[in-house]
Amino acid sequence: MSDQHYTASDPPAEDGTGPAGAGGELEPRFTNPGIAPHAYRRSDIDPKAAKRREREVAIMFALSTLGTLLFIVGYFAVKLENVPGEEMLERVGLSTKLLGVGLGVAMFAIGAGAIHWAKTLMPDDEVVNVRKPMRSSDEDRAAAVESMKEGAGGAGVGRRKLIRNSLLGALAPLGLLAIIPLRDLGSLPGAQLTGTAWKAGKRLVTDPVGEPILAADVPIGGVIHVLPEGIEDMEHVLDEKAKATAIVIRLEPDELKEDPARADWSYNGIVAYSKVCTHVGCPVGLYEQQTHHLLCPCHQSTFDVTEGCKVIFGPAARPLPQLPLDVDGEGYLVSREDFQEPVGPSYWERGER
Amino acid sequence: MAPALLLLAALGATGVAYTAIAPTPQAEASATANTSQIDEGRSLFLRNCSSCHGLNAEGGSDGPTLIGVGAASVDFQVATGRMPAARSEAAQIPDKRVQFSEEEIASLAAYIASLAPGPAIPSDEELDYSEADVAEGGEIYRTNCAMCHNYAGSGGALTRGKYAPSLKGVTPRHIYEAMLTGPQSMPVFADGTLSPESKREVIAFLKTTESEPSPGGLSLGKLGPVSEGLVGWVFATGGLIACAVWLGAKAR
Repeated sequence: MSDQHYTASDPPAEDGTGPAGAGGELEPRFTNPGIAPHAYRRSDIDPKAAKRREREVAIMFALSTLGTLLFIVGYFAVKLENVPGEEMLERVGLSTKLLGVGLGVAMFAIGAGAIHWAKTLMPDDEVVNVRKPMRSSDEDRAAAVESMKEGAGGAGVGRRKLIRNSLLGALAPLGLLAIIPLRDLGSLPGAQLTGTAWKAGKRLVTDPVGEPILAADVPIGGVIHVLPEGIEDMEHVLDEKAKATAIVIRLEPDELKEDPARADWSYNGIVAYSKVCTHVGCPVGLYEQQTHHLLCPCHQSTFDVTEGCKVIFGPAARPLPQLPLDVDGEGYLVSREDFQEPVGPSYWERGER
Repeated sequence: MAPALLLLAALGATGVAYTAIAPTPQAEASATANTSQIDEGRSLFLRNCSSCHGLNAEGGSDGPTLIGVGAASVDFQVATGRMPAARSEAAQIPDKRVQFSEEEIASLAAYIASLAPGPAIPSDEELDYSEADVAEGGEIYRTNCAMCHNYAGSGGALTRGKYAPSLKGVTPRHIYEAMLTGPQSMPVFADGTLSPESKREVIAFLKTTESEPSPGGLSLGKLGPVSEGLVGWVFATGGLIACAVWLGAKAR
């Protein structure tokens, strides 16, 4: 093509600077090792070998055709309509396998064939193409500046102040177009993050069965996953469940080392804590009865139930919020009030509470 | 004299009234078990269990008290081979070869049940899960059990070498008893908080999961992201690396 092309048969400059020094602007810092002598492939020398490679490529392309056929046959041969449940599972399994293997072979074999073709039969002479300097010539640069100045003068940006100012007035608020649609992300959370569905006197019911819990029925060492009664009828059930979900655990009363300020939050050794991990909000439900440790299955944050669910291991930063408990006239567990702090992971406005 | 007689009558009346209204103990086994079975159980206990659990099952430094644990607990621990335990078992007592015959286990259970009321061994009717709602059982299982025993009952790790064992192949009776008594690290799911109906639903869910075919082909032990990720990294990434090496290699 040009004198900036080198091939293996046409070795680089004799001075050892090679392409890097071609512009003459840089001091040669390394000796150019040049290009290794061209190694001929078997298919370059032996026509029989070339013929064999050709056949191999053709076989790969043929394999791809077979894969496409397998896909089509699999699509039509495995009927998924009007099939009883048990057989359906097997049919779906077979269909998925045929379609997947067909598609995989069809695409992979084309790629593999193309690469085999390129590697074994297409010309493989090493070619060096020297990079041109990025800088334009001085004349071009001067001409560009001249043309800019001419254009600006002609448009009269400095002279026609009305146009300039109204353009600035149009450009400045353009950013609003990017900001205004953010409103669709929804209203600010407001008090949604600080309060849950728990209210004074609300009965605890089992999750998912929904039975109220007699305090006397909770065994020592027992665990119950609970929700507030009536949560199923709330407007955003899943949101409310995600916040209100709690775990009830009963220990021997003398095993609890309670904060005196919270002494009346437990009942007969029964305590309730938010089930939403204070790390990133996974359900903390893994309770070891003998160690009284409550674990989060996601990142192994460990909370000590005997000491107000304080964090004893893992990435959680704060204890789980405790749900104050009471018992109503019929002996059922009720909440005394809502959690005293926002449940779940930290967020910016959460504060120190 | 009259006040004394009145007191006696009042005491007697209270006693009679109490027996009428007092809750009947859960341990039905103690009522049905005959004395010879209890004696047999006691002698088995003295020979095999008392070195850790005390001569009167009052417990000691090596084992907890067994007074009030009930027949269900004995049946679970002994009939799954967890008891008697070897002394070297540090983190957790594993299930292993069962050491006693069925009659011996029944005698041991009868003896422990005779000491104090406790959860009884569930009857065949209580274990009949053929009518149970599998989907409901799945919901209960995922809320109460899946965090330790894995979503398909394959088991999982706890802290410091402890683990929740796999539930595959465990008999419905032992699953039921485990829920009822809360062995080792497991919490107690008593009948008052997880009804017998719910327990049967959980068992039905587990047994259905066990026999379910795997439409994807390989279930990889139903262990979830750990085994699936391992296969993904080893085989998929390995395959990609092999392709990259082939792409970069010069043809000969």
